[in-house]
Amino acid sequence: MKISAIITLKKDVLDPQGKVIHKTLDGMGFKDVNGVRQGKYFEIDVNENDPTKARGLVEDMCKKLLTNLVIENYKIIETQ
Amino acid sequence: MLVNEKVAIEHGLKAEEYRKICDLLKRVPNITELGIFSAMWNEHCSYKSSRLHLKKLHTKGKKVIQGPGENAGVIDIEDGDAIVFKIESHNHPSFIEPYQGAATGVGGIMRDVFTMGARPIANLNSIHFGSPQNKKTKNLLRGVVHGIGGYGNCMGVPTIGGQTSFDSSYNGNILVNAMTLGLVKKNKIFYSKAAGLNKPVIYVGSKTGRDGIHGASMASANFDEKIEEKKPTVQVGDPFTEKLLLEACLELMSGDSIIAIQDMGAAGLTSSSIEMASKGNLGIEINLNKVPCRETKMTPYEIMLSESQERMLIVLENGKEDLAKKIFDKWNLDFAVIGKTTNSKNIELFFNEKQIANIPINILVEKSPMYDRKWKKSKLPKKNRFKKNIFSNLKIKDVLKKIISNPNICSKEWIWQQYDHTVMGDTIQKPGGDSGVIRVHGTDKAVAATVDSSAVYCWAHPLTGGKQVVAESWRNLISVGATPIAITNCLNFGSPENEDNMGEFVECVEGISEASKYLNFPVVSGNVSFYNQTKEMGIKPTPSIGGVGLIKNYKKMMTMDFKDIDNLVLIIGKTEGHLDQSLFARIILDEKNGPPPEVNLFNEKNNGISLLDLIEKDLIKSAHDISLGGILTALTKMCIKGNKGIKLNKPKNLINGFSYFFAEDQGRYIIEIEPKKLKEVNKILDKNSVHHEEIGVIIKNDMIIDEKTKVTIDELKSYNTNWLRNFMN
Amino acid sequence: MKSSVITFPGSNCDRDMDVALKKFGFNNKMVWHDDIELPKSDLVVLPGGFSYGDYLRCGSMASKSKIMQSVINFAKSGGLVMGICNGFQILVESGLVPGVLLRNKYLEFICKNVFVKINNKDNPYFKNLNKEVFELHIAHNEGNYFCTRDQLKEIEDNNQIAIYYCNDNGETKEISNPNGSINNIAGIFNKEKNVLGMMPHPERMIDQSLSGEDGSIFFKNLINNIK
Repeated sequence: MKISAIITLKKDVLDPQGKVIHKTLDGMGFKDVNGVRQGKYFEIDVNENDPTKARGLVEDMCKKLLTNLVIENYKIIETQ
Repeated sequence: MLVNEKVAIEHGLKAEEYRKICDLLKRVPNITELGIFSAMWNEHCSYKSSRLHLKKLHTKGKKVIQGPGENAGVIDIEDGDAIVFKIESHNHPSFIEPYQGAATGVGGIMRDVFTMGARPIANLNSIHFGSPQNKKTKNLLRGVVHGIGGYGNCMGVPTIGGQTSFDSSYNGNILVNAMTLGLVKKNKIFYSKAAGLNKPVIYVGSKTGRDGIHGASMASANFDEKIEEKKPTVQVGDPFTEKLLLEACLELMSGDSIIAIQDMGAAGLTSSSIEMASKGNLGIEINLNKVPCRETKMTPYEIMLSESQERMLIVLENGKEDLAKKIFDKWNLDFAVIGKTTNSKNIELFFNEKQIANIPINILVEKSPMYDRKWKKSKLPKKNRFKKNIFSNLKIKDVLKKIISNPNICSKEWIWQQYDHTVMGDTIQKPGGDSGVIRVHGTDKAVAATVDSSAVYCWAHPLTGGKQVVAESWRNLISVGATPIAITNCLNFGSPENEDNMGEFVECVEGISEASKYLNFPVVSGNVSFYNQTKEMGIKPTPSIGGVGLIKNYKKMMTMDFKDIDNLVLIIGKTEGHLDQSLFARIILDEKNGPPPEVNLFNEKNNGISLLDLIEKDLIKSAHDISLGGILTALTKMCIKGNKGIKLNKPKNLINGFSYFFAEDQGRYIIEIEPKKLKEVNKILDKNSVHHEEIGVIIKNDMIIDEKTKVTIDELKSYNTNWLRNFMN
Repeated sequence: MKSSVITFPGSNCDRDMDVALKKFGFNNKMVWHDDIELPKSDLVVLPGGFSYGDYLRCGSMASKSKIMQSVINFAKSGGLVMGICNGFQILVESGLVPGVLLRNKYLEFICKNVFVKINNKDNPYFKNLNKEVFELHIAHNEGNYFCTRDQLKEIEDNNQIAIYYCNDNGETKEISNPNGSINNIAGIFNKEKNVLGMMPHPERMIDQSLSGEDGSIFFKNLINNIK
């Protein structure tokens, strides 16, 4: 089954990209933006049909590889 | 939060230091004040264990415009030009998060340089990792290299040289030392000394977030099992903002608005504001509500101790605020008047209209602790007597292959190809040579720079090791035809509270001092990084020396690649056959004990100056100093770079070929000359009493060591270049 | 001959390009990204660097800056626009040349000399060159040129490929491909051949003491072609 994970920077960690994207949007006329934070999205197809186990597997991947836990958080967002 | 001894200890202060604070203040500090003390009295900012010994360094010279004590050192390179340079460590953050740790290290050292009004023109680095077998090494190396490149490349400053080593003593504590050189006009240098009352204090750059709070304290903490908990303190670098900050600062500096300027590095706003006021013998008042913040609800404590990157503090002339603001607006950077200079001689902080801290600045700076730590003197180890039969089973070709593919000798092309080393269009000697060389834009001059360290020698005998590193830096500059001018040092050691480690520090400093004095090669800047250890084991003592020299006419620059077939190859300096602590002894004979090679400063100076004379007189075609791995290693590199071979003469009067070819005696160089110049070269060297001998002649394709031993340069090249690439892929 | 080099926030080869253009006789002006009007120019150059920190996608934000509308109009009216490295990325993002530049195949920044072979000389950039293979310098992290199969066919049919990575003999083999670019493409034109985007930096090869002098040949020829 497919499990998705979203990796974002931790709340207090500076996001230089988000900051610059925000400023550019502002310059293009999108004036109603309060802030932009960017991250990564993963869709992982695992050989496991038990949703709980599949989530656990992806969570393990997040902890061990996908996320840099020093500066990032992960969120497992959907189970199909 | 209530402050007591326990809270102070949690801030990394010792109990007696906390008592001293209370005595000096005649009251208990509040939490913000305690935070300020912990930052200022920390080893990293106060140099409390090293100050006493750093005084012994040789720091003066005719070419020195600014020695230690400023953001960076400054030297005169004539015609009104000056070079600003410094090396700094970012070891602990790089171990925790290699990419960001290394990146912000590079960012920090560049800020130190452009703070003084200089445009950065070259970066170098000295990076040291655990054994290749250690499972962390590969990722740390990759992360550090990507981080250094990520920041330096984006800034558009060429990385022209560096040094990489592997040693198991760095398994739990890697070293990342970054060096930057900047170019400035002598009459446009900016300093951090504030002057004048009621001058506006300006904050520019990025906003303040909760990055790296207690970073300066982390830099001075042992690495222990709890390292995971220290993770959130790592800062994220934003080279794009720093590039804008560089351009904006240089634009403002072209006028006369700035009285003093200081970058916010370790201990952020705290140390920058206090240092500027202290140097000017003034007080400073800051309204923390005016500090641009990235996060909501930041406390005064967090604002003062944040180590968010890419920020500067400026004391401006009155009435220049609008002009300055316009420049920073243009570059899309934050700009805020956050305070003023005062005559109180205190640092006074206000938040929500209340005074929340008030500390006499002299207590924070002059009264900071200074320790005369206990240290142990090292004995010179006894020399090994290698028996003849241990050499009898060795084949010189196999030994050579093993040595040139050793991680500490092999080509580091995989690393430096990831650094932009040609941007700015003045790099005339790329990484991989004895020194990196850049032209002084638009002139005939060029500046050479090198970073060196020899932890193994320093570990075997710190005093000799300290001398040796300085001598090696000197030789690397001479080898490219540069006159050595000055050095910067990054002193990476274990715990100062450990007598052995402290002894290594004291004696290395003595060695550095002695050599730099003799060679007239003063120290103009640097930093000390203690507590490089995991659990109780300190790293091998690793002073990194960054040397800078001047080439008056860049067309006379020397390179190490062999140029033409039939040219003669000479060795300058005497080969005594010192094998102890050589790479040969350690990896081939597996002998780790013994003294490092002796450093004879008279010979160093005499040989070096004589070589410069030969270069000046256009008598030689290529030059290379002999260091780790000895003569045969040095020759191999010259062959590979020039894609030429060499036929060697039979070495005279030595016990065996191995000690001749692999000894690491100091003060030696290899040079290539045209046969018709031999007489003149001999004459000059004889006149200067420089030992020299002919070792061979340049041929095509092969290295012919003796009648039975021949190896192709292609084969040597593959041994030399493949190790790192294979290791990383 | 008049040229303009655009400085974006984060550009860092703008000065190098200015030095090179002046060395070979251009009367060059530096133009700030926030300006609206382009000075009268015979050539506009988008220089290398890390505009906007290379954040989001390289060149994406620079392509939205104020000056770019004028650059686009200038190009559409037949003016010569050359993008080097990050400038190439900006050209791609603004739609002036087709395709995209992906991250290098081996995921590493790469700085070294490479050989390139000129594919099409029927244009103001390469006309009259009496040499096919040039040694130039690359320094980039995202130079892996990619486009769809249909696009590739169109580009080839229109003879839009400017230069290929090759070896010193001009052979365009995979081994000479430093970054994984499709068919070893190192630079391309727009359909009309007045816009050129390429990854290699000719401005870093204008002096015997630097990495080489093939850049000098390129610039000398370019100014003669424009005259």
